[in-house]
Amino acid sequence: MEVYLDNNATTRTAPEVVEAMAPFFGTEYGNPSSMHNFGGRVKKHIDEAREKAAALINADPAEIVFTSCGTESDNMAIRGALEAEPDKRHIITSKVEHPAVLSAARYMKRFGYRITELSVDGQGLLDLNELRDSISDDTALVSLMWANNETGVLFPIKEAAEIAQSKGVPFHTDAVQAVGKIPIDVKKTPVNMLSISGHKLHAPKGVGVFYARRGTAVMPFMHGGHQENGRRAGTENVPYIVGLGRAVEIAAANIDSEFKHTKNLRDRLESALIEKCPDTRLNGHPELRLPNTSNISFEYIEGEAILLMLDNVGIAASSGSACTSGSLEPSHVMRAMGVPFTAAHGSIRFSLSRYNTQEEIEYVIKKMPPIAERLRSMSPFAPKKGA
Amino acid sequence: MWDYTEKVKDHFLNPRNTGVIEDAHGVGQVGSMACGDALKLMFRLDAEGRIEDARFQTFGCASAIASSSALTEMIKGKTLEEASTITNQDIADYLGGLPEQKMHCSVMGMEALQAAIENYKSGGEAGNVEKTDSRVVCSCFGVTEKEIERAVAENDLRTVEQVTHYTKAGGGCGGCHSDIEGIIARVRSGLAQGGPTRKRPSKLTNIQRIKLVEEVVEREIRPQLKRDGGDIELVDIDGPRVVVAMRGACSKCSVAQFTLRDVVEAKLREFVSEDIVVEEESK
Repeated sequence: MEVYLDNNATTRTAPEVVEAMAPFFGTEYGNPSSMHNFGGRVKKHIDEAREKAAALINADPAEIVFTSCGTESDNMAIRGALEAEPDKRHIITSKVEHPAVLSAARYMKRFGYRITELSVDGQGLLDLNELRDSISDDTALVSLMWANNETGVLFPIKEAAEIAQSKGVPFHTDAVQAVGKIPIDVKKTPVNMLSISGHKLHAPKGVGVFYARRGTAVMPFMHGGHQENGRRAGTENVPYIVGLGRAVEIAAANIDSEFKHTKNLRDRLESALIEKCPDTRLNGHPELRLPNTSNISFEYIEGEAILLMLDNVGIAASSGSACTSGSLEPSHVMRAMGVPFTAAHGSIRFSLSRYNTQEEIEYVIKKMPPIAERLRSMSPFAPKKGA
Repeated sequence: MWDYTEKVKDHFLNPRNTGVIEDAHGVGQVGSMACGDALKLMFRLDAEGRIEDARFQTFGCASAIASSSALTEMIKGKTLEEASTITNQDIADYLGGLPEQKMHCSVMGMEALQAAIENYKSGGEAGNVEKTDSRVVCSCFGVTEKEIERAVAENDLRTVEQVTHYTKAGGGCGGCHSDIEGIIARVRSGLAQGGPTRKRPSKLTNIQRIKLVEEVVEREIRPQLKRDGGDIELVDIDGPRVVVAMRGACSKCSVAQFTLRDVVEAKLREFVSEDIVVEEESK
């Protein structure tokens, strides 16, 4: 059996999406900017995709810009907002952001910017007072993620955006993990900019969305032709944009049922694993998080070893251990939350999607405990059985 | 995903000799849970002083478990004198190689073995690696000057990144990078003056040879040519024969032939193998 529980890394492209894309690799090859019918026909599909993407977050289609990925959208927000306010030299973000925001913000230090990285508590939650106190006249941008990719913990984006708004500071949210999983309404949440990634919601890799509220000053990141209303140059990636349109359409239509489906399975998996495996801990706030994500630490054993043993029985997950992060230290999210190194090295993230089944979850519940037990029997730190 | 050899996977999924020896003659423990990996090695000797049983307990990733398993297999049947000559490279070789970022797992194996032997010789003292006799360079991972010196000398390391891969030193806050650079420079100058001889790869497969030639060109040769406005391009590698094209200022330079022999060929002979012959692409 093969069970894919790494949907926060990437998702399966929905078969409906693949089908919707196919004509644009074939007869529908026109350039949407062209005057002839080849182009005009294609442009219609781009417009439709824009409307669907807007509908998912209750935005206006004119506020939607297609990009190549979530990372591009994040970079566009940061660079675009800073360039629009060249006299302000201060950025506020958090310690647990995705590298697409954190590295892009830290990079600006070399151009004289000051970065405030807000901390989180042991459950991964933000202190809004710290945000309020950090904003100054020099603040050019606040960028906070909607949902954390490692733990699924949700930040109070509405309240945070309202604080920024009250002080007149533009607010960006990396909503890559949240969009499609929980309802998002930009009419009710005063964010100025928002990033979406296609492949996290069953569109293919290589397409993203940048939302910029009407009236938000954002300088273009890519210069060239006048595509995307002059906000993002470059010939549109037509098949992928059409695919994204189909994917967000499906996500919008099924958001409630998918929420319930993934949450039921996730809760079953989580409670069974914590019950069956001794010395485990849940990382992140148990309620304030995405319905599909569970991050569990298996103490006394190491994440990469767990992952490879899971992989050996066909189960795909991910880990915040040092060995899997490509560095020698465990994930920056675990460290910011103050998860002890001993538990951070053995943290495993299970992230579900609409395609997971009860049968698959029961399979993982059967396979995971013996793996933890086996690795513990090899570990010099594990408490002796019966002791 | 890491590129592990079949042998690493086998020793990870079916580790040999796990567990505890209650009446062990020697026990060595290195690493810590905070560091992300730790190994406890135990052995028993037979009447003739050969290791008759060796067991381990490991907290760590797949390559740490595989290195521990391999180590116990390698030392069984050996006298302590024979076992003490095992280097981290031997452990990696036994496993068909380890990704460079994972070499510290093999170093951990070697250190645990030495600690266990030391433990036996001192009659049960010093089961942990004695670190107090050497200055701690990397405080994030508790790595001493001696450990870094040894890794540099035995594995012919050149960069801070490599030292991190082999010992973990410098993999945390990065505050010790210049210190590590100093140690590398000092140890390497010692090597050049006839210290312990550097291990040039003894035999190379074609693919290893090509990779090594490319690395040496990137690291040792190109920067030197670029300083003079020149550049070099690898055209072909056929056994010991390396064909290059000189670019930029080098392509018009009257002394390019000397550069070819005194720089390009000399460096490749130094770092790849003695029989390298460098030719310029015929125009």
